[in-house]
Amino acid sequence: MTILVLAEHQDTQLDDATAKAISAAGRIGGEVHVLVAGSGCQAAAEAAAGLAGVARVLLADGPSLSNRLAEPVAALIVSLAGGYDAVLAPSTTSGRNILPRVAALLDVMQISDVVAIDGPDLFQRPIYAGNVIQTVRSTDAKKVLSVRASSFPAASVAAAAVPVEAVAIPENPGRSSFVRSELSRSERPELAGARIVVSGGRALSSAENFETVLAPLADTLGAAIGASRAAVDAGYVSNDLQVGQTGKIIAPDLYIACGISGAIQHLAGMKDSRVIVAINKDPDAPIFQVADYGLVADLFEAVPEFHAAVAEGAKA
Amino acid sequence: MKILVAVKRVADPNVKVRALADGSGVDLANIKMTMNPFDEIAVEEAVRLKEVGRANEIVVVSIGPEKSAETLRTALAMGADRGLLVRTDAVVEPLAVAKILKAVAEAERPDIIITGKQAIDDDANQTGQMLSALLGWGQGTFASKLVVGDKAIEVTREVDGGLQTVGLPLPALVTADLRLNEPRYASLPNIMKAKKKPIDERTPADYGVAVEPRLTVVRVHEPATRKAGIKVGSVGELVERLRMEAGVLR
Repeated sequence: MTILVLAEHQDTQLDDATAKAISAAGRIGGEVHVLVAGSGCQAAAEAAAGLAGVARVLLADGPSLSNRLAEPVAALIVSLAGGYDAVLAPSTTSGRNILPRVAALLDVMQISDVVAIDGPDLFQRPIYAGNVIQTVRSTDAKKVLSVRASSFPAASVAAAAVPVEAVAIPENPGRSSFVRSELSRSERPELAGARIVVSGGRALSSAENFETVLAPLADTLGAAIGASRAAVDAGYVSNDLQVGQTGKIIAPDLYIACGISGAIQHLAGMKDSRVIVAINKDPDAPIFQVADYGLVADLFEAVPEFHAAVAEGAKA
Repeated sequence: MKILVAVKRVADPNVKVRALADGSGVDLANIKMTMNPFDEIAVEEAVRLKEVGRANEIVVVSIGPEKSAETLRTALAMGADRGLLVRTDAVVEPLAVAKILKAVAEAERPDIIITGKQAIDDDANQTGQMLSALLGWGQGTFASKLVVGDKAIEVTREVDGGLQTVGLPLPALVTADLRLNEPRYASLPNIMKAKKKPIDERTPADYGVAVEPRLTVVRVHEPATRKAGIKVGSVGELVERLRMEAGVLR
């Protein structure tokens, strides 16, 4: 069995989701190869080559692969797929965009968002917003699967790096072009991989309050900021900070929900966190049913107090 | 310009669906069914394009049991012009759905196909991308904004780090994300009018597509539920417990 993992990266650096997808691939069993596709992405390829469990790194570095548009990247994977028994990618927005295209071109039924691997052809995946888990057996000769990165540990750094080999890039199908990207810039950790997440709901009541009330606590803790769908819909923070079924699904060590009631679709995005803290005025808020530590309090008083306490602790 | 919209009949997203006790599937008996919310957004976008004169015909297609006709009726009441039901009682996986839709697209020759980004039942998030691949078209997935020109479209996509905009020559495929628009409620006169709009019926076999599943469902279960922890009395106690008991704060 040989498995090809599509790396998630930003050209100059490799995302943590890749290390997690590599460890997921290892659970299927067999030799794991990593494909780094992009433009000017040698650094990301070298980082992948240094991860434990990686036998080969394939580098496809060319202008047609910049911004990782679905059509050229899918064509590249299809050109390599003949040598593999399984193709796997983390179910990031990029993986979700590209992988079904690959599956259709290979005439394979993709298995999306795998959260556990029980054997070489036996996979668990959530359905109905994670309310139900389905175990499926694939009858396709070749497997195509996306894996939920937060469900797998990251591959560790290997003692010695494997070599990086360049691969040929097929002709760009040319069915799409990059126009622009507007990426949120933040000094804070990435929401998807952060160890601690401080998250706010509609109760924050303004974008300013996210900055003045939540941000100091997040920054002292070295945490990422997240938000409920209600807070995003109200325009308090940008879309990419939404935690939930339709946003990001995360599992940090510590999730601090401030003024979030805990709608089903929000819980689907954070219920696998190791420790959940909920601060909410409403003692009947559903978030308390999943929280390890609940504090019934006004967040505008409790969060600054929380911040003062951890800032004090950091000094000591 | 012609727009094809694919819609799916699913369990109402506000209903908590449970696994059957024998683990063979989920219990959908007596569960309220509705149009997949992301597909509603897809229909709404098509209707808006027609309202501003960009599109002149909207065809809406659904693959599923007889009752999927109700879902098509909802789309017609929102403003679609005619419906196509590809009727089957089988569970049709995204790959087979994409193959059927490819055949429908080859017959209808739309300029744009819009679907929801994923169905809230199987949460696969595959059909649009697969259909686009099978047709050899460009794809604009997870769209939060769509600008339609005469020969090309620009799709702003919700991606992990923010937004990405891609340009696609027509014909092209778009999958709708949450913030593309807010779907309307159909008015009573439009619901009445929708009853007179035509719905054509076919079967997967008419398109020569085999719907036999590639995945065997071995077991369906509910994940271990998280138990409620404790309520703390003060911020001081919270910080203390996070440090000493949970070990997540330094």
